[in-house]
Amino acid sequence: MENAIRLVPASKEDKELLARIEKEAGTSVSLCYQCGKCSAGCPVAFAMDNKPRQVIRFLQLGLIEAALESDSIWICASCETCSARCPRGVDIASLMDALRREALRQGKITDKKVAVFNKAFLNGVKSFGRTYEAGILLTHNFLTGQFFKDAELGLPMFKRGKLGLLPEKIKGREEVKKIFERVEEMGGE
Amino acid sequence: MKMAYYPGCSQEGSAIEYGLSTERTAELMGVELVEIEDWNCCGATSGHNTNKLLSLALPARNLAIAEKTGLDILVPCAACYNRFRTTEITVREDGEMREKIQQAIDMEYEAKNETISVLDLLANKLGPEKIKEKVKQPLKAMKAACYYGCLLVRPVHHTGFDDPEDPQTMDTILKALGAETVDWSHKTECCGAALATSRPEIGKRMTYEILKNARDAGAECIVTACPLCMMNLDMRQAGVEKEFREKFGLPIYFVTELVAAACGDAPEKVGTNRHFVEAVEYLKSLPAKAAQMEAEEQEKKKKKISKSEPANEEEAAALKKKIDAMAKGFAKNPEKTAARIIKDEEKAKLLAEIVTGDEKKISKLAELMITDQEKAIKTAEALINGELKKRQKQQA
Repeated sequence: MENAIRLVPASKEDKELLARIEKEAGTSVSLCYQCGKCSAGCPVAFAMDNKPRQVIRFLQLGLIEAALESDSIWICASCETCSARCPRGVDIASLMDALRREALRQGKITDKKVAVFNKAFLNGVKSFGRTYEAGILLTHNFLTGQFFKDAELGLPMFKRGKLGLLPEKIKGREEVKKIFERVEEMGGE
Repeated sequence: MKMAYYPGCSQEGSAIEYGLSTERTAELMGVELVEIEDWNCCGATSGHNTNKLLSLALPARNLAIAEKTGLDILVPCAACYNRFRTTEITVREDGEMREKIQQAIDMEYEAKNETISVLDLLANKLGPEKIKEKVKQPLKAMKAACYYGCLLVRPVHHTGFDDPEDPQTMDTILKALGAETVDWSHKTECCGAALATSRPEIGKRMTYEILKNARDAGAECIVTACPLCMMNLDMRQAGVEKEFREKFGLPIYFVTELVAAACGDAPEKVGTNRHFVEAVEYLKSLPAKAAQMEAEEQEKKKKKISKSEPANEEEAAALKKKIDAMAKGFAKNPEKTAARIIKDEEKAKLLAEIVTGDEKKISKLAELMITDQEKAIKTAEALINGELKKRQKQQA
């Protein structure tokens, strides 16, 4: 019985956390009647440990931690097929988004590569106001220890004028930096 | 028409041909674009994966600047378009969030204008007739799979200009350009997006499925309106071919590159020569293919006509032969032949009497016996009845 989940009434903290996640996602997990349409149409379900339906079930049962620790939330490609097809109008993709953000807040990240990519991407935007494609690739490869990943693409991209070695900078980069700072002060969501 | 224009980061880097061709398409269609001043990155997927307010505030700064011009905003990139629409709709529907966004960007923003995608602009706002007017070199002979991906059709509430399961706008545009579009099942399947970078083993499989499905449906190229889809399908196609040991060699185009080409531009003008999978040759091969198609069609038509004539002649000759034989038999032995039409012996005898020596009647009945038995019987009965009446009159 090692793998069995012990079902106990959800704690007050868990209930509050679920309410916050639902509010942020703008949807309610209690609408779901577990038909599985989301998981049948999900293009990445083949690679998930828990299918979208199961992640919703965790939340319905108050097993927030199990949902946050699912590899699935980092495999989700945000394609929105599940939300478009759900017969009960549950916004599953938005829940996945909210779960990723909560996992980040709690430092429970099963897939560091996605988080590292996101951080590299946003750091570029914060500094320059624009995406810095070359910078993201280098930072991402350095931080994940994959030094030659996509190296075969870098030079041909550069030759085709598709990869600037230096970042594009906007005049209002101070304004953009302030948006990042204000969002942080306001606690974001 | 005048619109605010948000190029987006990719259109100045990895998808430079999308930027060039969008601007060229607008010029060709008579749409004046006013670039949003000092625009910033929309934050894309990384933004909404990390912080909700940030993911709304980054697009909001651009939208607030554009709002001052009072113009609707053209956004070619599918991801930027989606983030802009999400921000617009949140500001309209969620008062609490609107205040937070305004505070974060330190600017007024009311979401008075609309963000519009390239597909919506071309297919709905301008329409196929307007496109057809500008076409100089129709893309006849092109067989294209129109690939919409995720972010142009979902979430339905944020996009809403096309059907989320079987969208048609790109098909409408391609048909107006003269191309043929194939029916296929992966129109709105996900290409793998950023998984190609973060989890390539998953991303490659998703890209493979799309390439395979398009080719199996008979497509010779794939058309997209998303720079990330282009990156995965074009730039990473060689890697996918290697992984799955299957050669595709499918050129991938931005829909706007094809608008420019069909309106007479050299493909190089909008950067089609910068693709990873060679894409210029296919475009250049189209006029010759179209000419060959036309020649073959005409040849077929000719064959059909010349074939159908001798066939008819042969049939007609055979039929005439049969009728003649029947008429001969009728003249030679009227009673026997008449018995084949009318069962009643006396009536049959009468019919034989009537037609004997009357070539006209014989040939008419012979023809009907071959072509329409029922009519032959009716005609014979009418002749007999007529003769009977005539005789009754004579007797009276």
